[in-house]
Amino acid sequence: MLVKKATKLLSVTILSFFFIFNAFSIEPKEFVQQTVDKAAKALDQNLSKDLKISKLKVIALKSVDIRGIGFYSLGKYRKNISDQKKEEYLDIFTKYFLKTFSSRLAQYSDPKIIVNSQKKLNDKYTMVSSTLIATDDKPEVKIDWRVVTKDLDNPLIIDLIIEGVSLAKVQKEEFYSIIQSNDGDINALFKNLKEFVEKD
Amino acid sequence: MSRILKVLILSLFVATSSMAGSDGQNELSKNTNGEIKDCFETVNRGIFAFNQAIDGIVFKPLAKGYLHLPSPIRTGTSNFVGNLSTLLTIPNNVLQGDLGIAGKNTLRFIVNSTVGIIGIFDPASAIGLNSYEKEDFGQTLGSWGVGEGCYVVLPVLGPSTARDALGSLGNYMGGDAWYNVTVKNDTRYFSDFDYYASKGVGGVDFRAKNFDDINNLEENSIDFYASVKSLYLQDRRKRILNATGATQTQDDSDWEEIE
Repeated sequence: MLVKKATKLLSVTILSFFFIFNAFSIEPKEFVQQTVDKAAKALDQNLSKDLKISKLKVIALKSVDIRGIGFYSLGKYRKNISDQKKEEYLDIFTKYFLKTFSSRLAQYSDPKIIVNSQKKLNDKYTMVSSTLIATDDKPEVKIDWRVVTKDLDNPLIIDLIIEGVSLAKVQKEEFYSIIQSNDGDINALFKNLKEFVEKD
Repeated sequence: MSRILKVLILSLFVATSSMAGSDGQNELSKNTNGEIKDCFETVNRGIFAFNQAIDGIVFKPLAKGYLHLPSPIRTGTSNFVGNLSTLLTIPNNVLQGDLGIAGKNTLRFIVNSTVGIIGIFDPASAIGLNSYEKEDFGQTLGSWGVGEGCYVVLPVLGPSTARDALGSLGNYMGGDAWYNVTVKNDTRYFSDFDYYASKGVGGVDFRAKNFDDINNLEENSIDFYASVKSLYLQDRRKRILNATGATQTQDDSDWEEIE
């Protein structure tokens, strides 16, 4: 009798865990749409620019794989730096990313983005396709989102591809150019990033 | 003047670029990790700075003023220069083997140039003749498998590659009907001014359409030259592939090692 009760309790517990975990699992398409909706709310015209920026930073910290973008942007140089340098880089990169991300987005007011489809690329990534609806001044824009879906409970955006142009790739080539023009010295990149973060 | 300058610069590219060694279509099939050579980076950066100065003095203020014009005027101007560019797109559609699209673009041009009053209006789209991607001789060379060669920045005209700059020679060798009737041949109806004015207006229209985006990119770049280079090269690869989705242009191996 006791064994039967214990088995029942165990089954209920396992099932509860199953439902709890599955409740957090989200399709990449829905995740992008939710993120876009949150960003659109943050870009409400009635909010001040500073408030918009701080709201966008919160969204980015929750929905963007900043660490992944940071290491991708370092390209081949990430392989040759010490753990201590990596930590230093991630710290400055996060500040740099949040500043550029929020500043770039803050120019938009009430953007209308419709998520169209998703395509699983491999075990790690899913590409989500969306459209930024045209306005009187701007034409329709196709935006694709590379989403890290290794952990389905916690999908994260790692790249935006706007009309075929990968923003992560632009950043990677920008960083590469700085390091290269300083004879491969990664400290030159750190210096540039710090200066950028500190400027008004 | 700009023609002579172009020919001079192009001679330099052809003499020094590595086009013969390109692996053609393979290079174009995806966004490659191996970046194209910036053979003249110091000169390119100098010209880039010069172009930025020209932009600040000429294009940016003009674009700012242009943005204050009523929306229908801007749309009409954009339609007008877009219609003229169809004359360059059509022969390139043919050279790329897209005969169906060449036919539709020809019909579009005829309808918009007549019913649409010299291209100011776009009645062709209303009757189902939608616009297609613009094509030029650089894209055609790319679609034939010619590699990009060195990256170059042209005075005033901006970013390009040896292949694209060489391709633009096709415009001046009879490939652009608008150039032929304005500059190349002495017709009673058009003059050189019409050609260069249309190009200038096209430049201002482009700058105005991308006003905030360009300013924003400049403000948020730690190396604006490298950002523009990357944007240009990625965009050209996408255009040459006539890609409709990101999965056609993105190289996944680039991302594999990220943990």
